[in-house]
Amino acid sequence: MTKAINDFSIIIGTKNGSGSSTANNTILRSIFKMGIPVSGKNLFPSNIQGLPTWYTIRVSKDGYLGRREEQDIVITLNPDSFMRDLASVPPGGAFFYADDIKLPISRADIAIYPMPIKKLIKDDANIPGNFRELVGNMIYVGVLAQMIGIDLDAVRAALEFHFKGKQKPIDMNFGAVKAGAEWAKANLEKKDSFYVEPMNKTEGLIMADGNTAAAIGSVFGGAQFVAWYPITPATSIAEGMNEYLPMLRKREDGKHTYAVVQAEDELAAIGMAIGAGWSGLRAMTSTSGPGLSLMTEFVGLAYYAEVPVVIWDVQRIGPSTGLPTRTSQADLSFVAEIGHGDSDSIILLPGDVNECFDFGWQSFDIAERAQAPVFVLSDLDIGMNQWMSRPFEYPKTPMDRGKVLWEKDLEELKGNWGRYLDKDGDAIAYRTLPGNKYPLSSYFTRGTGHDEHAKYTEDSTMFVRNMDRLKRKYETIKQYLPKPILHATKGAEVGILAYGSTEAAINEARVRLERDHDMKTDFLRVRALPLTQEVDEFIAKHDRIYVVEMNRDGQMHQRLTLAHPESAMKLISVAYGDGLPASARWVREGILAKHTNVPVSKPAAKATPAKKKTSVKQTKTVSKNSRKGVK
Amino acid sequence: MSALPMAGAPAATNTIGLTKHDYRGAPTTLCAGCGHNSISNQIVAAMYELNVLPENVVKFSGIGCSSKSPTYFMNRSFGFNSLHGRMPSIATGALFGDHTLKGIGVSGDGDSVSIGMGQFKHVMRRNLNMAYIVENNGVYGLTKGQFSATAEVGLELKRQGVNPYMPIDICMEAIISNATFIARSFAGNAKQVKELVKAAFSHRGIAVLDIISPCVTFNNADSAHHSYAWGRDHEEPLHDLTYIAPREEIMLDKELEEGEVREVTMHDGSIILLKNLDKGYDPTNRFEAVRALEEAQRNNWLITGLIYKAPEKPALVDSYDLVDTPLNRLAESDLRPAPEMINKVNALMF
Repeated sequence: MTKAINDFSIIIGTKNGSGSSTANNTILRSIFKMGIPVSGKNLFPSNIQGLPTWYTIRVSKDGYLGRREEQDIVITLNPDSFMRDLASVPPGGAFFYADDIKLPISRADIAIYPMPIKKLIKDDANIPGNFRELVGNMIYVGVLAQMIGIDLDAVRAALEFHFKGKQKPIDMNFGAVKAGAEWAKANLEKKDSFYVEPMNKTEGLIMADGNTAAAIGSVFGGAQFVAWYPITPATSIAEGMNEYLPMLRKREDGKHTYAVVQAEDELAAIGMAIGAGWSGLRAMTSTSGPGLSLMTEFVGLAYYAEVPVVIWDVQRIGPSTGLPTRTSQADLSFVAEIGHGDSDSIILLPGDVNECFDFGWQSFDIAERAQAPVFVLSDLDIGMNQWMSRPFEYPKTPMDRGKVLWEKDLEELKGNWGRYLDKDGDAIAYRTLPGNKYPLSSYFTRGTGHDEHAKYTEDSTMFVRNMDRLKRKYETIKQYLPKPILHATKGAEVGILAYGSTEAAINEARVRLERDHDMKTDFLRVRALPLTQEVDEFIAKHDRIYVVEMNRDGQMHQRLTLAHPESAMKLISVAYGDGLPASARWVREGILAKHTNVPVSKPAAKATPAKKKTSVKQTKTVSKNSRKGVK
Repeated sequence: MSALPMAGAPAATNTIGLTKHDYRGAPTTLCAGCGHNSISNQIVAAMYELNVLPENVVKFSGIGCSSKSPTYFMNRSFGFNSLHGRMPSIATGALFGDHTLKGIGVSGDGDSVSIGMGQFKHVMRRNLNMAYIVENNGVYGLTKGQFSATAEVGLELKRQGVNPYMPIDICMEAIISNATFIARSFAGNAKQVKELVKAAFSHRGIAVLDIISPCVTFNNADSAHHSYAWGRDHEEPLHDLTYIAPREEIMLDKELEEGEVREVTMHDGSIILLKNLDKGYDPTNRFEAVRALEEAQRNNWLITGLIYKAPEKPALVDSYDLVDTPLNRLAESDLRPAPEMINKVNALMF
């Protein structure tokens, strides 16, 4: 049997609430510690305790971080999902199970490993009775480590990190890992082909989730006010603020430069954030689709009254409550058109953990520059899963606080200013902030019709003039938005356009498309709306452009065809929303399925299974030099 | 007093050198005779008499006739006319911008206890540093006369028929939600409104002032509880009340005799004096306040005056222990962690 080294995937089925996440993270971190590129995805139910939950770990020597649909090693501790889990093991795969589950196993084409978890944990005198279920999960960590070759020192390092150096839980859990490993060494015979071996491909990298990155990035952005209401999968952003603000903004006098308020609902959360933004604070809220639905009226007020605020939408899949613990990119149309009446939206689209950090601080600069709501559309996959990432980078530019007039400025202007007066010709007016003591500094903010001096008016001409200025403001702001990222291949005629968390799967798919199907592709990952000139150029340059996204209706595709009716025929939607993170296979097959039945200028590529040398520049998420804007 | 003094005849000024004109707003666009206008006038008078710098006040409102009124007083103050029922959240966020500022919120019965009931009650428990004035007329004026949640059961309105639902008592809701200052008045009782506005403004924390403010256009039948006629007949003042600002030398009005006076100290050191009526009402007793409200409801009384004043409690911004400089004047060096902190953070990741 040929060994499959550092290139396979694992799925672990447990019961929700059984405490398996520590065990699963330990496996993930141990493999990372061995220098092997690895990614983990939690496929969990909306439930506190009892329903089946799975965790997938992909080991990839090539550094592919997207979800893999096939699982080579299946571990199950859950009788409820046992039969399903067993059936899912591919021929040649491995199946580990808790041997207290007494169900028939009739598969001769896989390696089968029973694990006496209950017995081993009972025999361990160091584990108090009430910890047995929790620590019992470490037995499968030990068995797996022994069978595929995970270094126990790496496991220990992972546990030390998890328990923040606290000796007692580290010892207790590591004891269980060792017990599992020793039992497996004495009792199991290796019958599968999956192995890990140390590499040096994770050096200098970190493991983090996007929500933590967003929180830390926001702290480095000088966040001063956070109002929020709990909702999966956004909650950990606000909790991250609660953790990192005190740590990173500690002062000698012990006083605070920020405030975090847990609101009574999303209506109040956004209202407070807008109030704070209006009074000059770097203000934010974090939510997901249902919460954002509630925030809609307020967002319209902030758009029209021109109040800076940052709104994180960590997308889950709707409509309605939908699948609350599954990922999607289906809020794009909603956010792009949010609010009644005419509207515009600034949307940032982070593609990975590092961009969650970067957009954390950049979003405040953009919001204060634009005096407008800025949305950051992350998703559950980036937000809640652990990703191998580059270290966070300190902000490269000083804060941009936008156009604000204080007492001395008004002194110079002799009070001659208008809140909505386009003095500079860039459609962005100057604002003053409460607390300004200059007697003519104040103005009255309203969501009703207003003139250039913020006075109430129902005058039609004034209304149109103001609305036209708002439109121009969103043109001005384009120069401040993150540029799209182009991954180019020499000689490519096919374009792929996407955004957000699909990047890893798409880059992997592109390698296969070129290698197996002779399809060279350029890939443009859009990072912001409104769309900028680089997108126009990309569309103009390619014969056909596959627009890949995780929603049913192809929402970005819809926007692009609206913006480019002349190119509608060559913009092809590859869209699917089932709540699971994008996989390379889905991207590849989705593109190939559309590739045959679309009018094209060249004959469709033929499938060439021969292994040709690929010329796609491998531009993985972790590669430091891969990020080049289209310029 | 003339708003625009004649040459050579200096207008009267308060101790910070401002005239009453400095506290005025734009001309009202509400109906002639609207109770809300007389409340706006009393706010102007109260702020003038309290020697408040207008720049230290931020006005907030939601949507409705009442919520338009912040335009009609204190032009020099910042103001935010927000969304229907959502004024409390806007005010909560905005007052974090500069903790030295004081809020005056103006709302209506529809804005506060129909669409805005959730935010109304939550801003009570947060003890936001704001005088929260409800101009309560029991009716939706801007949409031309529908019942509000404070309309009494059995009230008959043109085109609406008879109200079948029990009313909500704003002061009762406030006290149950742990408001720290609760008062009620009647727009037709100008002096009491002014004194209570002063007291509410001087309270550190949330101060609810429920002012029955008749709608002359849609709800002013003599039998309606929110009408002038009914209000005058049924008003039962808990006490006569005189507010004295802390820096004034004369602390007691001569007319008040010993034994009749109960002092209630405001957070800023100022004192309100209460002339007790026969009941010997004690506004610092929460249990007694709930009882008084319940009794009034059973007897169809409109109790006015200071219903409850809690012992000193930290206002929202106080409990956050903020830096002395207003947050909205902090510089980048106060807000962005130092460059070396990025290494610390990266080390915290695995």
